[in-house]
Amino acid sequence: MTALRRYPVLVALAVGALFMVLPFAVVALNAVKSPAEYSAHGPLGLPHGLYLDGVEDFWQRVDFGRKLLNSVLISGSVAVGAAVLSVLNAYAIGIGRIRGRAWVLAFFVLANTLPQEALVYPLYHLSKQAGLYDTRLGVIIVFTVIQSAFGTYLLSSVLGRFPREIIEAARIDGANRWQVLWRIVVPVSRPTIGVLLVFFFVWTWNEFLLPLVMLISNDNQTVSVALGVLQGQRLMDATMTNAAALLGVLPAIVFFLVFQRTLTRGIAAGAVK
Amino acid sequence: MTTTAARGGRRVAGRVKAGHPRRPRETYALFLLPGVLAFTVVVVVPFLMNTGTSFTDWQGVGTPSWTGLANYRELWADTEFWASFRHSLFMVLAMAAIPTAVGLVLAAALFDHIGKHFGSRVVAVLRACYYLPQVLPIAVAGIVWSWILAPDDGSLNALLEAVGLGSWQQDWLGDPDFALYSVMGVMVWVQLGFPLVVFMAGLQRVDPGLYEAAELDGAGWWRRFWHITLPQIRPEISVVLLWCTIAALKVFGAVYVLTKGGPGGATDVPSYFSFTTFFEKTQVGYGAAISTVLTVIILALALIGLRFQTRAEDAEEGVRA
Repeated sequence: MTALRRYPVLVALAVGALFMVLPFAVVALNAVKSPAEYSAHGPLGLPHGLYLDGVEDFWQRVDFGRKLLNSVLISGSVAVGAAVLSVLNAYAIGIGRIRGRAWVLAFFVLANTLPQEALVYPLYHLSKQAGLYDTRLGVIIVFTVIQSAFGTYLLSSVLGRFPREIIEAARIDGANRWQVLWRIVVPVSRPTIGVLLVFFFVWTWNEFLLPLVMLISNDNQTVSVALGVLQGQRLMDATMTNAAALLGVLPAIVFFLVFQRTLTRGIAAGAVK
Repeated sequence: MTTTAARGGRRVAGRVKAGHPRRPRETYALFLLPGVLAFTVVVVVPFLMNTGTSFTDWQGVGTPSWTGLANYRELWADTEFWASFRHSLFMVLAMAAIPTAVGLVLAAALFDHIGKHFGSRVVAVLRACYYLPQVLPIAVAGIVWSWILAPDDGSLNALLEAVGLGSWQQDWLGDPDFALYSVMGVMVWVQLGFPLVVFMAGLQRVDPGLYEAAELDGAGWWRRFWHITLPQIRPEISVVLLWCTIAALKVFGAVYVLTKGGPGGATDVPSYFSFTTFFEKTQVGYGAAISTVLTVIILALALIGLRFQTRAEDAEEGVRA
């Protein structure tokens, strides 16, 4: 009886999973079709050969290499910068147990939930005045700060449970607070910091509103912004759209395969503590 | 002061050595300085500027002129504004309610059924499939779906044609009667992996003995789900609901890429409405008022959530002590 009832559940869940990944498959399928093939057999026909001109053409037309570089540069800098800022904040809150830490922590949590719509115009205005408008540095600064709100929240609770004996021992050996932080707290908390680095990188890679407003020139745009703007202009034909989608999906799949464990575990850690 | 002394008790050794009873906390506060400065410049000042601007009439250039509550009075009477918030409720349904409900059932089925009968590898693969859309930039998800849902050569319509349901074909994103539901469908697809992963992690800490005991007592899958799974991961459920609701209220990228709020405002949401008011109509004061209302709602939700969470934590610690 139970043996008979096992498989329907598996089949149902597998069909659901298939539905989740199907869009990726359809995109990959159509990105390697020639326009003639596409118009003859529609989006569901199987490609007869590997036609990569569409992808290549799209790559060159939007200078995709440049966009990738911008995304890597911005996301990488933000990940490192935001992790450093989170560590400093969390050291004061979690280990230093500074007075009023509950309020400080509440401030960071609320800052983290603040909608970017409430910051976007002043940031646009201020960055123009500071000469940071339409520069990658401007976006890096803004997201370093925004992402570190979540990092501070997560790391503070992790460091709050840091074994105090280790710190006391180091203090007795003559280490100052700065040395305790970099030689003991950071190495011991490496797993959590690793999760934060991955999160910050992927989140910044996927950010849309602020980069859309702050980066207007082609040379500075990220992958997300460039593709979103192109789609918004409704100028792409089917082959181009699929090439764009494929090139946008590929980095995400690479991150996913590389970071899958970190991402799924880290989210669980972040959600409930 | 008494509480300080009591809490600092564990650090007595360090203090005696340093000889300055109040110094330790103050030097730790120095580490907060870069963070506080950066937050002031990037978050606090812009936020206050935005709130201030919401009480003015400003075109983005020149001097803003103070108009008091005029923008908010105008909002109150603005049907476009109310429509955008009504659409937000649909987004909450699509990004919080449905993914949480479906995620719960999926998580329980994967954990309590697939994991037991087919092993953890199968679970890992299925979970990865459901989670995949979560790592996709929303702009890219938008491109993928706007092409799938395209009226003439989209694959959904082609699929309907192929299985003989040609009469069901629609202009999914271009028909005002369907556009909002199509966007909702895409958002369910995007969001589902998040609750699933959080719930599955939550289930890890549930004592397997509970399930075994229930099974011995003859409890079926549904009763185990209702009486064990749900109560055990209640903290996760409330956190996920809160986070997803906030995310739903903020949704912007998907609307920008899929429909640009159209057709005829059928999928307009507050964040997109404020964006167009800021940058296309350049009514900065009015845009600021929209985003301020959105912020107040989100902060209120976050505060309720925060209180709820600290209270739950206190209760938990009380039990442990």
